[in-house]
Amino acid sequence: MVRLIGNFDIAEEVVQDSLLVALEKWPVQGIPDKPGAWLMTAARRRAIDLLRRDQRYAEKLALLERSTMPPDAPEADDRLRLIFTCCHPALAQESQVALTLRAVAGFTTQEIAAAFLVSEAAMAQRIVRAKRKIVEANIPYRVPQGAELVPRLDAVLAVLYLMFNEGYLSRGTQVASRRDLAEDAMWLASLVARLLPDQAEVLGLVVLMRLHLARSGARFDTAGEIVLLPEQDRSRWDSAAIADAVEVLNRAAAMGAHGPYQLQAAITAVHARARSWRETDWSQIVALYDALLRLTDTPVVRLNRAVALSQVSGPRVALGEVNDLAISLAGYHLFHATRAELLDELGEAALARAARIRALELCQNPAERTLLERKLRQAPGA
Amino acid sequence: MKYVLLFVGTMEDQERFDAMPSEEMAAGMKAAERWFEEYSQAGKIVGGEQLKGPQTVTTVRSSDGKRIVTDGPFIESKEVIGGFAVVQVKDLDEALEMAKSWPAGPVEVWPAVER
Repeated sequence: MVRLIGNFDIAEEVVQDSLLVALEKWPVQGIPDKPGAWLMTAARRRAIDLLRRDQRYAEKLALLERSTMPPDAPEADDRLRLIFTCCHPALAQESQVALTLRAVAGFTTQEIAAAFLVSEAAMAQRIVRAKRKIVEANIPYRVPQGAELVPRLDAVLAVLYLMFNEGYLSRGTQVASRRDLAEDAMWLASLVARLLPDQAEVLGLVVLMRLHLARSGARFDTAGEIVLLPEQDRSRWDSAAIADAVEVLNRAAAMGAHGPYQLQAAITAVHARARSWRETDWSQIVALYDALLRLTDTPVVRLNRAVALSQVSGPRVALGEVNDLAISLAGYHLFHATRAELLDELGEAALARAARIRALELCQNPAERTLLERKLRQAPGA
Repeated sequence: MKYVLLFVGTMEDQERFDAMPSEEMAAGMKAAERWFEEYSQAGKIVGGEQLKGPQTVTTVRSSDGKRIVTDGPFIESKEVIGGFAVVQVKDLDEALEMAKSWPAGPVEVWPAVER
């Protein structure tokens, strides 16, 4: 048991130490050519925070973000072990997320607490309990092998996707998006992709995140209000990043192991490459949603498919599909918001208004609330 | 490291098991016995028992310095413990592997205090 306590705590310490060493040396010796090789994962975020304060380092920072570490480096093994241990299914998923942010991404407990809208004391307790369980239940500090790898990797990807979504469109009531959380999730996913290069679904998740972030410049207007996909100024999308991401997705597809992340990435890619909402290849998107449904048949996937379907088969057909989800998605604000849009198209202003009011009651994100309120004011029945 | 695997189930599971045709019940018992046999031969099982139903349980506890004997399990719940195995394995993953191969119902994996 002592050996295990050693393992987990030391692993965390080692990465922190590597940072201290790097920060002490860099101002004297200059930043090394491949600074990424200097830093273990947990150290990176602190380093970036410090580096951001100094403009002269901007160039080196770009290098740090792009730096590749040889997958067989011992530090790489440690990082991967740390990620798999933090995302062990014996820990509650909310603890997996918190622990990954703390031990792997180097967030402070205070930052994690703020991101998930709980008190710092509660978050500290959650992290301490999770660490204690790792030690006391003897959760091994290693990368799962053989048949165990894929299901365990799924758990890791789920944590990273959750982290990304929380950053990309926060559930919280105070801010609309936390780009740094989303960026860190993407960085961690890229790291896992580098360490496990033959896993197509990891690449799928990386591409999905990169495509979302490539469009993020157009998601909010100057007043901070959300701009939905049909109205976004597509010239503000990062077309180079989109092209890069699509290339990686093709590489993943060539591996022949399809999965839900690659399909979601493919759907996002069709949107990302369309010149306008109108010119989007909607039948391709519906076909991709059909493939996704065969893998993961969830009400939310069905809802999204219905939105695409309305562009192919019209709002009435789509509304029929959406209404079938009334029970399972009764508490989901986007179910009611989607119904409102379809009802508007069908000229059912009163029903649309009722649905939008229900959506507003259920929605906590400030930017989405503003949007719903604006639509309520502009609606014909208002 | 030692873990205790508790084979748990609901009262309904228990009743369903009790009402099983004898052949089916025998097949279920055989699968569980095989599980015990295989892991015992691999040296991973230190001990274990199948338990009789909760209607046979008696609880002894203290109240005001007196020993009180009452009918039924201490923890009143709809769940029952059907049996347990004490296993000696490397880590939680190995204990979880054993639990996953248990042929009947849910398994709780409790790490034991080391002495």
